[in-house]
Amino acid sequence: MFTATLQRIVRSGWEKFSRDTSSSSAALLVMVIVLSIVTSLFFLQGVGSFLIQSLRESVDVSTFLKDSAPAEDIEALQQSLVALPEVKEVAYVSKEDALVQFMERHKQDQVILDSLDAIGQNPLLASLNIKAWDPASFGKITAFLETTPLASIIQNVDFHERAPVISRLAAITSGVRTGMLGGSIFAGLIAVLVAFNTIRLTIYSSKEEIEVMRLVGASNMFIRAPFLLQGIIVGGLASVITFTLLVPLTLFLSSKLETFVPQFSLFEYFMNNFFMILFLQLFVGIGLGVLSSLIAIRRYLKV
Amino acid sequence: MISFQKVTKIYSPSSIALSDVSFEVKQGEFVSFVGKSGAGKTTLLRLLCAEERATQGTVFFEDQDVAKIPASQLSHLRRKIGTVFQDYKLLHSKTAYENIAYVMEVMGATDTEIARDVPGALEIVGLLSRSHHYPLQLSGGEKQRVAIARALIHRPEVIVADEPTGNLDPYHTADIIRLLVKINELGTTVILATHNKEVINHLGKRVITIEEGRVVRDEERGKFIL
Repeated sequence: MFTATLQRIVRSGWEKFSRDTSSSSAALLVMVIVLSIVTSLFFLQGVGSFLIQSLRESVDVSTFLKDSAPAEDIEALQQSLVALPEVKEVAYVSKEDALVQFMERHKQDQVILDSLDAIGQNPLLASLNIKAWDPASFGKITAFLETTPLASIIQNVDFHERAPVISRLAAITSGVRTGMLGGSIFAGLIAVLVAFNTIRLTIYSSKEEIEVMRLVGASNMFIRAPFLLQGIIVGGLASVITFTLLVPLTLFLSSKLETFVPQFSLFEYFMNNFFMILFLQLFVGIGLGVLSSLIAIRRYLKV
Repeated sequence: MISFQKVTKIYSPSSIALSDVSFEVKQGEFVSFVGKSGAGKTTLLRLLCAEERATQGTVFFEDQDVAKIPASQLSHLRRKIGTVFQDYKLLHSKTAYENIAYVMEVMGATDTEIARDVPGALEIVGLLSRSHHYPLQLSGGEKQRVAIARALIHRPEVIVADEPTGNLDPYHTADIIRLLVKINELGTTVILATHNKEVINHLGKRVITIEEGRVVRDEERGKFIL
């Protein structure tokens, strides 16, 4: 009995979807667009997070060490910095390495190179380059450097000169992140409302039929089930179509995007989040289909 | 079986469809309602199917106050009533066959029972050859016959027919009325609302005449008198 009813519901749902081609196609098209928007927002979050992370990682603070600093003290300071939870990595740059890097950086500027020659010795200091997990924690790291027993080997920390830039960067990245999240939620909400209304309109066109079904004695569940199934079919099929389109699209866009965001491969990001995106699309597609069908049909079941 | 007790239906102060209507219909009776257009015949049938609620008074079906049946339970009442609607009320996305089969599905009939009974019902109303046509592909008379077949298919306790012969030619009209009489003879209560004088006079059954929302005549072997 249950199997027969289920079979009828499935058949009826499929008939609804396949016979009313204009409404089904419209709902399917809108749902594909909505899922594409939702997936694009997911990708945008990925690209944004990558960019923000890259920006935050590029910020470092240099601790310049006195020429007289003993090697074991430098080693000890480096270890104590690495032990801080805020510190991501600490790289030691010797006087010689600093000079090589300086000359490489200014190889086009003959005046500077001549000035170095005029000095006759390496004027640069060895340093510890510190990278933090969060640029906002550089203040805390600097405070540590000022109070550590090894502070005597430190010539100076360039944090104070760079602090305004670092805090501004932290504010910008945090603002961009919040803005991206807000924008995504807003765009997602609009997309969801559009899909919701399209399915509602599809069901509105069946308003008269629902009334007839009620009048010939069909129970609410018997009426509702095929519409829910139609919603599942639209949502599920839209997910499959969108997902199928994504594979070549991300592959194509990946190389284009790499021009603007080097080291970020959209296709790789897609493949790494394959199941997450598939689940997201099925969840949004089927969830929207079912939910909007349920809400829309409720109004017409009161005859 | 069916009882209307002091039923009044007011749509708006200027539109009073029924006023203080009382009557009873016993099980197995064949009752015809006659009256001019707008007299209140359709409203009366809509109240019985709980499509409308009475403004005052009570409508009973098998000792149950129809107005007090919760919306979720109305389907049980409607399955006991086979209704032929004036405007057919067919499901446009289903074929003639599927429209009739739908009621059987609602009743929980098996596919075998549906495959056995539906062609028979279509044959009775002369539409077997049109069984796979959609309502939009059928004429008014054909739609009406599908609606009749749908109302009969599940052997309901009561058949309520609102102008079932309104779009039929005399040949099909006679067939349908013969069918209703036959079903009534087998024990089904039939309630018929019609304008058709010949049908009423030919039937020789109980006739309730309605004028401006009031019962003005109720005769056991009535004639069409307006």
